[in-house]
Amino acid sequence: MAGSDDVILLDFWVSAFGLRVRIALAEKGIHYEYREENLQNKSPLLLEMNPVHKKIPVLIHQGKPVCESNIIVQYIDEAWHDKSPSLLPSDPYLRAQARFWADFVDKKVYEAAKKIWMTEGEEDRQVAKKELIEVLKVLEGQLGEKPYMVGESFGLADIAMIPFSVWFHTLNEIGKMNIERECPKLAAWVNRCMERESVSKTLPHPHKFYEFVLEMQKKKGH
Amino acid sequence: MFKKSVNKGMEKVKLFATWSSPFVKRIIWALKLKNIEHEIIYEDLANKSPELLKYNPIHKKVPVLVHNEIPICESLVILEYIDETWKDAPRPLLPKDPLDKANQRFWAKFSDDQVLPSFYGYIMKQGNEKEEAKETTLAHLKRVEQLLSEKKFLSGESVGFLDLVFGWLAENSRPLEVVTGLKLFDEDSFPNLCAWRDKFLEVPAIKESWPDQETLIAKYQEINLSKGK
Repeated sequence: MAGSDDVILLDFWVSAFGLRVRIALAEKGIHYEYREENLQNKSPLLLEMNPVHKKIPVLIHQGKPVCESNIIVQYIDEAWHDKSPSLLPSDPYLRAQARFWADFVDKKVYEAAKKIWMTEGEEDRQVAKKELIEVLKVLEGQLGEKPYMVGESFGLADIAMIPFSVWFHTLNEIGKMNIERECPKLAAWVNRCMERESVSKTLPHPHKFYEFVLEMQKKKGH
Repeated sequence: MFKKSVNKGMEKVKLFATWSSPFVKRIIWALKLKNIEHEIIYEDLANKSPELLKYNPIHKKVPVLVHNEIPICESLVILEYIDETWKDAPRPLLPKDPLDKANQRFWAKFSDDQVLPSFYGYIMKQGNEKEEAKETTLAHLKRVEQLLSEKKFLSGESVGFLDLVFGWLAENSRPLEVVTGLKLFDEDSFPNLCAWRDKFLEVPAIKESWPDQETLIAKYQEINLSKGK
């Protein structure tokens, strides 16, 4: 049985991937030490614990590192399997669905969303917007009439996606779009997730993320 | 869209495949290791069947495992599904310990996100890009070499999940060497990797899967020739 002590999280306050881990830890009520990394000046511990990618988040449990956010979330569920709630369903098919959609967020949502503020030129931006909405509509298709992404319980797939809701305000401003209007089911799902303390107390305010992106753009001379 | 119904009497397993996809082969090996009867449907990716598009509308790719009419997509997801559904037949593909499991999942992602793209980049690209891809791949392979120090297989004492995931490397490195003349790793610099490759290819479930090494060489020759190289 895993102890709640000796859990350290190396993270960056605004990282959607780090937020996944923080939400999972909060869901399970696990106490941990949060360590903010300066990504321009990574700590020796980070470099030691994630030598392959040198990225956050890294969960260090009893001295051993676990890397890659979706992998960390599953690790948390398995190492603290005796703590409720479960973050994955017990049925193998539904577990496969949860993993598939968590992977979909990584492969499609993250890439499409980044493009909105990374592209220059109005034409490219319009293409990026169309792509993002298409991807979000696929998620809405999966959601259907269900409360959460894979069935009745909040879990891995929701945890994978919900930190990106922090991006919506920024995407709406920079992209001159209205994600909530174009994807009302997704917006409702965001509100539903926000009713959970693990989510509402963890996610930074969307305006703070907007400020952060504007700072980043200024530094890059946009 | 697909509702799962438990029908223990009739386990029907279909796999949508292509002979060349590294992601498909690992599923065939898993099904064989678990002694799961299955039907393989080979797809022509230039002309995808309506069935494939129905079962994988989102990515439209192979492999797709269809179990009693229910589709599962994405090879790593499929492998875990197979392991969890056919739990002890004859033994698990993944370890029970959460940390060991997390490590295998980490390296599986490393295989697919890092090693595989750079390896095939090295094979297919030209000039500077080829050189860069070669350096990157060698650096990645050094990490895999380290993983094998003190281990018979990537998954431990017997072949398992991580071996199946890296299996594309064991299976394709020599045939591609023969056909393109590009040799990426040798016994002197990568003794563990070479030993693992030989052991892996000798595992009956792997050895008996089609296409075998000779067929792969022939098929790669065909592609090579048709590109006028």
